[in-house]
Amino acid sequence: MTSLPEHAPKTKLGLVIDLDICVGCQACAVHCKEWNIAGHSGPLPDNQPYGADPSGVWFNRIHTFELVDDETGDSRTVYFPKSCLHCEDAPCVTVCPTGASYKREKDGIVLVNADTCIGCKLCSWACPYGAREYDDDEGVMKKCTLCIDRIYNETLPEDTRVPACVSTCPAGARHFGDLGDPESEVSLLVAARGGYDLMPEQGTKPVNQYLPPRPKKVPAEPLSAPRLTRDDDPGEAGLLARWVDKMLSR
Amino acid sequence: MHPAKSVIFFTTASGAGYGLLFWLGLYGSLGLLPAGAWFAVVGFGLALILVTAGLISSTFHLGHPERAWRALSQWRSSWLSREGVAAIVTYVPVGLYGLAWLIVGSGTGWMAILGLLTALACVATVICTSMIYGSLKAIPAWHTRWTPAAYLVFAAMSGAVLLSLLAHLWGLPTVLVTDITALVAIAAGALTKFGYWHAIGRAAPTSTAESATGLGTATTATRGKVRLIDPPHTMDNYLLTEMGYRVARKHATVLRDIVWAAAFVLPLGCVFVALLAAGVGGMIFAALAVLSMAVGLAIERWLFFAEAKHVVTLYYGESAA
Repeated sequence: MTSLPEHAPKTKLGLVIDLDICVGCQACAVHCKEWNIAGHSGPLPDNQPYGADPSGVWFNRIHTFELVDDETGDSRTVYFPKSCLHCEDAPCVTVCPTGASYKREKDGIVLVNADTCIGCKLCSWACPYGAREYDDDEGVMKKCTLCIDRIYNETLPEDTRVPACVSTCPAGARHFGDLGDPESEVSLLVAARGGYDLMPEQGTKPVNQYLPPRPKKVPAEPLSAPRLTRDDDPGEAGLLARWVDKMLSR
Repeated sequence: MHPAKSVIFFTTASGAGYGLLFWLGLYGSLGLLPAGAWFAVVGFGLALILVTAGLISSTFHLGHPERAWRALSQWRSSWLSREGVAAIVTYVPVGLYGLAWLIVGSGTGWMAILGLLTALACVATVICTSMIYGSLKAIPAWHTRWTPAAYLVFAAMSGAVLLSLLAHLWGLPTVLVTDITALVAIAAGALTKFGYWHAIGRAAPTSTAESATGLGTATTATRGKVRLIDPPHTMDNYLLTEMGYRVARKHATVLRDIVWAAAFVLPLGCVFVALLAAGVGGMIFAALAVLSMAVGLAIERWLFFAEAKHVVTLYYGESAA
């Protein structure tokens, strides 16, 4: 059934991405590809990865933006990871003519059934965020699964049952949890940091939340590098060294 | 948006087919098409070939055409599914009406019911086709009431020009009615396209690079304009080839002029001459109107896709969409 679940999911599993912390290292994108190429929706196309014209399907892409304030001339660089936002009102689900694209009532995750997808690509047109990429080899649409094959995987140690991107982030910029529970860690984080929706005007009600970059700290005095001791300045050297220096400097 | 040839052919050909069936249904019921079996064979045959070829070509761009039947299941939520169902249901009144015409000739009375059902089913199917595009909020140039209006009027217009050609070929006594219908429909088509282009040209952007990232907005208490300084991948990916199509905008003005000439001005002139000329001259000019419009509408449909900007491009360097 492609209609959204009759009862809106109470559990809303999703990601919280901290734009203040992300350093744009691409590790999350690489681990995502590495896990998912053999995961639920694998294999993923990966053509000429080291060639002149590489192409393929990735579920997670890291954009780099610059925010420039024309008035103050201030600018800052923001690394911006983007993957499926598992929207509550997912337009990719309702446009699907076959029911292959669906949202789970159990946890709100949006998935594609590769056995019934006809590859019409309409879901990718309906998604404002570019979260879906077409697999030319299999003729079906692919997308982020929120690593359902990790988060429910009882063969993995419990503390690693999080999406690959979250487990690998070296900076701690990615968080995973239930955004439907107001007391969950991720919900508290969103409340504390002013987490927000991407393109709220599209009416998709994304589950994934972004945390804004914190205001820049402007120091009271301009910072400068500490002055280096000059080679020819004996400074705090010992008595003998100063005497040698004095003798030889004549 | 990437203009797939199969989808351009599907929407223009099936539009013309449903347009012709609409007029056969409506004018046949009103007794304005006094013609026999051969007229029915050619008229319904041509319309059904256009519709069916269009529908089949629309499956060519599918990754799994053999699963196309599954697309009939989600009519509750999906306009694409509704379109499939409507297209198949439409064959029923069309088939019965065409068969009846074939056997007893065009007629009013009980046949009018079949004719009007045919016309209604055609309108419903074209609305479903248009809403596949019109329902997509992520493509602001399509998410407007002008989209279903344009699909409906263009279907009626191309169908009317085909009917005018048939009326000339058969030398129907009502050829004046079909010619005037074509002229009015072409004028309505030109107005609709003008309205559409005017509307998308003036519309305020739905989304911006700022709303797409949240940066530079009050939500994040940041100020400034967002600029892409490093894309996430070095070569175009699926998103950019499918949704980031840019070729058309460079040539849009010239192509729009060609659409004006080929889809509206020339057909209008040709049908007008056909209306004045009788016999073979009328047939030739009515046929020229059809040919010119076919070229014009193909380019119009290409532009409809190629000019439309998807909001995902905001993540790839566009500032507003």
